[in-house]
Amino acid sequence: MRDAIIGPRAASVSANEPTNLPGVLHAAWLIARKDLAIEFRTRTAFFSSIVFALLGLTIFYFAWDPTAVAAIDIAPGVLWVIFTFSGLLGLQRSFGVEQADGAMDALLAAPVDREAIYLGKALANVLFVAGVQAIALPALALFYSVPLGGVWLPLAGIALLAAVGIVAVGTLFSAMAVNTRLAELLLPMLSLPFFLPIVTAAAQTTARLVAGRPAAEAWPWLRILLGFDLVFVVACAVAFPYTLDE
Amino acid sequence: MTDRTARARTDWWLVAAALAVVAAYARVIWFTPAEATQGLVQKIYYLHLPAALNAYIAFAVVAVTSVVYLWLKDPRADRLAESSAEVGLLFTTVVLTTGPIWGKPVWGTWWTWDARLTLTLFLWFIYAGYLVLRGAVTEPGMRARYSAVLGILGALLIPFIHMSVYLFRTLHPMPIVLKPDRPSLPPEMLQTLMLSFAAFFFTYVVLTRARFGLAVERAKLAMREGSSDGER
Repeated sequence: MRDAIIGPRAASVSANEPTNLPGVLHAAWLIARKDLAIEFRTRTAFFSSIVFALLGLTIFYFAWDPTAVAAIDIAPGVLWVIFTFSGLLGLQRSFGVEQADGAMDALLAAPVDREAIYLGKALANVLFVAGVQAIALPALALFYSVPLGGVWLPLAGIALLAAVGIVAVGTLFSAMAVNTRLAELLLPMLSLPFFLPIVTAAAQTTARLVAGRPAAEAWPWLRILLGFDLVFVVACAVAFPYTLDE
Repeated sequence: MTDRTARARTDWWLVAAALAVVAAYARVIWFTPAEATQGLVQKIYYLHLPAALNAYIAFAVVAVTSVVYLWLKDPRADRLAESSAEVGLLFTTVVLTTGPIWGKPVWGTWWTWDARLTLTLFLWFIYAGYLVLRGAVTEPGMRARYSAVLGILGALLIPFIHMSVYLFRTLHPMPIVLKPDRPSLPPEMLQTLMLSFAAFFFTYVVLTRARFGLAVERAKLAMREGSSDGER
């Protein structure tokens, strides 16, 4: 089993070879699997992110006057603020786990492209954020009586697009923030301005979906979300090697 | 002894820049007609718009020098980015301060979530974060690489913030100077605006130059302290 994992990597991904896409993706998958295995065995970050998201949903409910504003009107905004902040909790750990025992140096010494490290980390983070969303979304429907029945599939698509954007930027900043003196403080400070277009677009699209508006109304927002994902996944993957020691 | 003379030295460029801004404002106050409907309060325009344009220039310089740094690894590009970001943040603060002072009498509100106000506020957030990041990394090479990455990503972010805030409604007047056809500002107002812009641009260059000098001195100091650490 172990040979089956190491074998193809040694064969297909080598530092001397020019970057070949399947090799990069395979290496990225191995790194993502490693991060997910750590997370699955400890379950600390995932569990605390879910509790954080549920707590956030609850606290928001009591933070405004329910006789003045209907719960369903505020639900999309609450959802996206909570997703963003619980996502940050997971991102914080992404490179934090590599700090112990010089694990980051070992990762850099491994015969994989640096872009693969970024993509692997990002992939694990997307799955992490999507996992939190998969639990927070039904909780929102329950607490705020949002009828998700007919729209859950497009909503899941938007959640995934937003998760990709949040993670693309957040993974890069997480790699930078762990090496600074202000680690926990710096990640939200750098990331949140980047999350503005994502949160706005996702919340606006969600609001229109839930209100049963025609899809054409949500399209301009969806376009921003798609453009953001495309630009920042590429830009951050290109920029990532520059954040590592030469 | 040389240190003392260096400290006492006056930066005459800074004095000249201050005089240029005073001269431009003298023209604004005494030699430019008041706007017909807004009255005297509109004169803040000659401070507000030049500051905004120079902030954009400053952040464009940050983006370009960041690319240059990652490409050539020249520490001068990093120092220029640092200096320009700091001066740009100063100008953005001027914009965000003069805006509400103007907005209250004209719009009837200090702040509104108008597209351009939000964009300017986020410019302030991005480059405030940039400077905090610089302060949080001690190793010069790492600091330069990290901040160059953020300087480039920040520039890529601006169009996205622009698009998303414009999909919300906007209250801010549309550009009346920088637009494809002729500027619709009366000639004497346009001349004053140009003069004010020139004074502000000069101030930007001089402040960035002074800040660049400080960055060079700091690098020298760090190198001297580093080498004396090594001897110990």
